[in-house]
Amino acid sequence: MSTARKYLISGLAILISSVVFLVPFTFILFMALKDRKEASLRGFTLPTTYHFWDNLVDVIQTRNYMLLTAFLNSVVLTVTSVTLLVILGAMAGYVLQRHPSKWTGLVNFFVLSGLIIPPAVVPTIWLLQGIGMFKTMSGMIFIEVAYGLSFSVLLFRAFVATIPRELDEAAIIDGAGPLRLFFEIILPLLKPVVSAVIVVQSVAIFNDFTNPLYYLPGNKNVTVQLTLYNFQSQFSTSYNLLFMNILLITIPPLVIFLFFQRQIVAGLTAGAVKG
Amino acid sequence: MKRIEATPKTPFKHWMASSYPVWFFLPAGIIFFVFFLFPTIASLFFSLTRWTLFDAVFIGLDNYSQFFKEPFLFQGLRNSLIYGVVTSGLKVVLGMMLGVFLTSQIVARDYLRSVVFFPVLVSTVGVGITFTALMHPTQGFINEALELFGVKGPAWLTNPRFALLSVALVDVWKGVGLATVIYIAGINAIPIEYYEASEIDGANSVQQFWNITLPLARPATFTVIILSLIGGLRSFDLIWSMTRGGPGFTTDVIASVIYKQYQAGFYGLSTAGNVVLIVLVAAIIVPLSAFLNKREVEL
Repeated sequence: MSTARKYLISGLAILISSVVFLVPFTFILFMALKDRKEASLRGFTLPTTYHFWDNLVDVIQTRNYMLLTAFLNSVVLTVTSVTLLVILGAMAGYVLQRHPSKWTGLVNFFVLSGLIIPPAVVPTIWLLQGIGMFKTMSGMIFIEVAYGLSFSVLLFRAFVATIPRELDEAAIIDGAGPLRLFFEIILPLLKPVVSAVIVVQSVAIFNDFTNPLYYLPGNKNVTVQLTLYNFQSQFSTSYNLLFMNILLITIPPLVIFLFFQRQIVAGLTAGAVKG
Repeated sequence: MKRIEATPKTPFKHWMASSYPVWFFLPAGIIFFVFFLFPTIASLFFSLTRWTLFDAVFIGLDNYSQFFKEPFLFQGLRNSLIYGVVTSGLKVVLGMMLGVFLTSQIVARDYLRSVVFFPVLVSTVGVGITFTALMHPTQGFINEALELFGVKGPAWLTNPRFALLSVALVDVWKGVGLATVIYIAGINAIPIEYYEASEIDGANSVQQFWNITLPLARPATFTVIILSLIGGLRSFDLIWSMTRGGPGFTTDVIASVIYKQYQAGFYGLSTAGNVVLIVLVAAIIVPLSAFLNKREVEL
């Protein structure tokens, strides 16, 4: 490719991608900065007057500081679920890879079914009510763990296969029991997958809308994605606040993206390329 | 299999002391069984009942016959299929084009990759609300921009003929970054020697694409097809945040039918819809991935 042509094509690509992919984000930003009247026009224009601080304070105070409660709930949900997904997923993936038995086929079947099958919603609500976990954070955490386990187990199993068995054997000869072997020898070696699982799952759980909608209703339990939903009707006349809300809940994924882009891509493409 | 461990005294001790103890499965297995598998199995029974969550009256296949007879329920099934196929097809084509482009020698490659990928990580509901505003027939940016070129844009979300496709386009906008990174990984895994050899034989870049990139990136294509079909058939949050299934029932998919029937208190009917969704996804994905995997082995 000649240099001139290369720059021409690249310039064109930058232009098109900016229009297609950056306009919506710029739009969110502009809308979040406008006053109520201007935002109601929904135009893609620079704000004539800037109201960042007013809108921020307004949206935080709405409905008795609902957004702060939501951030707290979402953080608790995400951190706890992801911790469990890492530890339990690594334990299961490790034994699944190291100790094949007559059950392995069945377990593999369940792991794949967990990836493919959509969950049965109302029976799950019935179950949660039966064990007193409906509308509770602990119930929601178990749900997120159950739905995310398949992905974690698959990633961990694939990575454990690359750790030489001789390492285990050396540790066993040195007298390490199963718990020490796993937590002190194997788990530290799994670091690259651990970070991939953490990043991918925390984005997924933080952005989860459907499951909290079903299993965690109620203003006290609100998560960040549901604030948008709750505010959508209430803010039908104040688009500036609705978009300020979108802006605020887009920041955590943006931060994760800036710091962990490599892990995310590694996690999402793992297993995709066998050939 | 060679394993080094103390001679077991009893089966239980063996079970506890093995270096790869089976009980490592238990916490994950119990959570998976209780919160995922058990409700899935229970749904088969409850879909055959009139159900109030407290008691269930067995009514046979009535819920299913209602689901397939009522046009507004059945339309959900049709729309799910259309939505799944359209989003999956577009993600394959666009993802591959972007993948090829973003692995070639261009300026600002990393920037372009980031820009394409970022929407994958953003809140779906936020994207839905944003595009609902951008797709407004008169005030929205998309139609205003089209007007500059003299094109009169359609009423994207309020015209029943376009609404489902408009939502599908937004889904592609949000998800094409994932398809692209999968293709980038797949294309980067192709040995450079193939391209060098073909260049010596005088192949141009179009021939290289059809004869090297396309066949050797096949695992990436399979992954993109399977992943986006699973996501597309189950899709709920984007559709719900943009149209709530409207106008009328024209953008209802199975997942939104399930939610609407749940809200209305028809738990048995909702669960029947859920079973239909489970069967639909399994009936498409399982044979398809078996077929694709078989072709991969033959390659």
